[in-house]
Amino acid sequence: MTRPYARRTRKFALNATGILVAAVTLFPIFWMVSTAFKPATEIESLTPHPLPYHPTWVNFANVLNGSVIGMPYWVFLRNSLLVTVSSVLVSSLVALLAAIAVARFRFRFRTTYLIMLLIVQMLPQQALVIALFLDFRKVNLLDSLIGLSLLYITFSLPVTIWMLRNFVAAVPRQLEEAAAIDGAGPYTVFRKVLLPLVAPGLVTTSVFAFIFAWNEFVFALTFLGTDQSKYTLPVYVTYFFGKGSVDWGAIMAASVLFTLPVMIFFLIVQRRLRTGLIAGAVKG
Amino acid sequence: MLSSAKEASPASAPVPVSPNGRWSYLPPSVRRLRRRGPRRRLVPYLLLLPSAAAIGLMLVWPAIQLAIYSFQNYGLPQITGAEPTQWTGFGNFKLVLDDPEFWSSLRISVVFAAVVVPLTLMTGTLVGLLLNRLGRKMASFVSTAALLAWAMPGVSASVIFVWLFDPDGGVADWLLTKLPVWLDGGQKWSGFSWTNAPLPAYTVITLLVVWQGFPFIAVSVLAGLKMIPTELFEAARVDGAGPWRVFWKVTYPILKPIFLVLALLSVIWDFGLFTQAYIVTGELGNRDEFNLGIYAYDKAFTMPPDYGVASALALILTIVLLIITAGYVRASVRQGAIQ
Repeated sequence: MTRPYARRTRKFALNATGILVAAVTLFPIFWMVSTAFKPATEIESLTPHPLPYHPTWVNFANVLNGSVIGMPYWVFLRNSLLVTVSSVLVSSLVALLAAIAVARFRFRFRTTYLIMLLIVQMLPQQALVIALFLDFRKVNLLDSLIGLSLLYITFSLPVTIWMLRNFVAAVPRQLEEAAAIDGAGPYTVFRKVLLPLVAPGLVTTSVFAFIFAWNEFVFALTFLGTDQSKYTLPVYVTYFFGKGSVDWGAIMAASVLFTLPVMIFFLIVQRRLRTGLIAGAVKG
Repeated sequence: MLSSAKEASPASAPVPVSPNGRWSYLPPSVRRLRRRGPRRRLVPYLLLLPSAAAIGLMLVWPAIQLAIYSFQNYGLPQITGAEPTQWTGFGNFKLVLDDPEFWSSLRISVVFAAVVVPLTLMTGTLVGLLLNRLGRKMASFVSTAALLAWAMPGVSASVIFVWLFDPDGGVADWLLTKLPVWLDGGQKWSGFSWTNAPLPAYTVITLLVVWQGFPFIAVSVLAGLKMIPTELFEAARVDGAGPWRVFWKVTYPILKPIFLVLALLSVIWDFGLFTQAYIVTGELGNRDEFNLGIYAYDKAFTMPPDYGVASALALILTIVLLIITAGYVRASVRQGAIQ
C-alpha cells in the first residue's frame, strides 16, 4: 500500500519543484510587465506590490509619443527593423551558399574553413569593435544603419553557416539526382528540390540571425554614438536609462515593447528552435 | 559520438556511381550535377566567396589590425592626422602591465568566470535532470519558461535586474528587509545600493548571467539525457545505486563530452562578458568595477582615446579567449563535428 503513496508524493514533489523553477525564472519578466503598468506613485513606493493597484497606460503612452526622450518609439523600431530584416535576408542567402559548398562538395580548404568558422565565432566583439570603429570611420560608415547591417550580416555568418550545413547535408542527394534525371538543370534542382527541403532549416537559422541583430548592443552603442535618430532599440532602452532621474515605468514599458517581438517570434518557432539549439550545442 | 542520424543519412555516403569506373549510362543532366571537371572544381569556391569575403574583411582583418595597433602609438593626434603613427615596440603592453586598473579588471574577469561558470553549469544540469523526470506537459511548461529567460535580450535583462536591485523601490531590498535576522535580513538592507561597489554589483551580474545562461545548459543536458538508454539507469538502480551515484557513475561519464563543450562555451561567454556588466556597473561610471572587456572599451572610447593601449588590452582578451577556443575546437573535432 505504501508504494503508490510514495510514488505520488515523489511526483508531487517533482511537479512542485518544476513550478518553483518556472516561477523563479519568470519572475523578472513578470516584474518588468507589472512595473510597466504601474503609475509613478506605486513604482516609487517602498513596499512594492506584485500587481499594479491602478493599472495605467501612461508609461506606454510616454514611450510611444516620445515625451521622455524627445523622439517616439516608432523611429527606433523602424531603425531596428531595417537593420534586422536586411541582415537576416542577406546573411541567410550568403550562409546558404556557403553551407551548400561545405555540405555538398569536397574541396581543398573545406576542413580549414569549418575550423576557421568555429574560431572566428569566438572572437570577442568588444575587442574587434576597436579596430572596426577605426575602419568604419575611414570609409564613412559610422552613424549609418547600412554599416551596422554589414556587421550584423558578417557576425551572424559563422553560426548560421554551421547550422545550415547540417540541414543541407540531411537532404538526400538522390532527390537532387532524381530531378536531374527528369532533366532539371542545377539551378532548377536548387530551386525546386534543395530550397524547399532546406526551408525549415532556413527558418531556424533566420531566427538566430534575427535574435542576434535585434539584441546586439556593443556595435550599435559604439557606431551610432552621435546620431540619436539612428539609434536601434537596445541603445534606445539604455539611453534613457542613463539619464538623470530614472523613470522606471517608461524604461520597463520601453523594454516590454523591445522584448515583445522577440518573445512572440520565439514562442512561435519554439520547437524548431529547440532542436536547432541542441544541434548548435553539440556541434558547436 | 553525438552525431545525429542526419549525418548517417545517404547524403554523406560515397556516391554510388561507378563500380567499374564508367558512368556513361547516366543521363547527361545527372552527369552535369556530378561533373568533376575544372568548372565543377571551381563551384565550391564561388559559393564560399561572399561569406569568406565578409568574414575576412570584418572579422579576421580587424583581429590582425588589433595586433598591429597594439605595437603603435595610436591616439587622438594620429586619428586626426596631426601626428603620424609610430611603432613603439612593447610600449603599450608595458603601460598596461604597470597599470593597477589592468590587474583589478583582470582579477574581476577571472574570479567572475570562476564563480559563474560552475554555478551556471550546476543550475542548468539540475534543471535538465528535473526536466527529464517531469511529465511531458510539466516539462514543456518549465522549459518554455526557461527558454524565455534565455531569449531575453541582454539589454532588457540587465535593465530589469538593475530595477529589481534598485535602492529606491527595488523589490530585492524590500525582500531582504523582510527576511528574519538569522538569515542576515533586516532594516540594514533598506535602501542598500548594489551598484556602488564591485562585490554587490557582481553579485547582481552573477544572478543575471546564471538566470540567462542556465536554460541553454538545461536544454543541452536534457538532449544528452534523452540519448542514454534507460536500461543503464535501471541496471544501476537494481545494483543499489542512489541518485547521487547514478549521476556520477552513469550520467556524467556518458555526458562528459557535452559538459566539456558547455563548460568551455560558458568560460568564453562569461570571461568576455560585456553588455550585462557594462549596464549594471553604470555604463563606464565606476572604474573599480571594470572587467577586462569594459576596461579595453573604456580606453578606446572615453576621451582622450588611446587606441594603442586599448588594442593591446583587446589583444590580451582575444588571446585568452582563443586559447580556450582551441580547447573547444579540439573537443568539437573529437566529437566528430567536422566531417
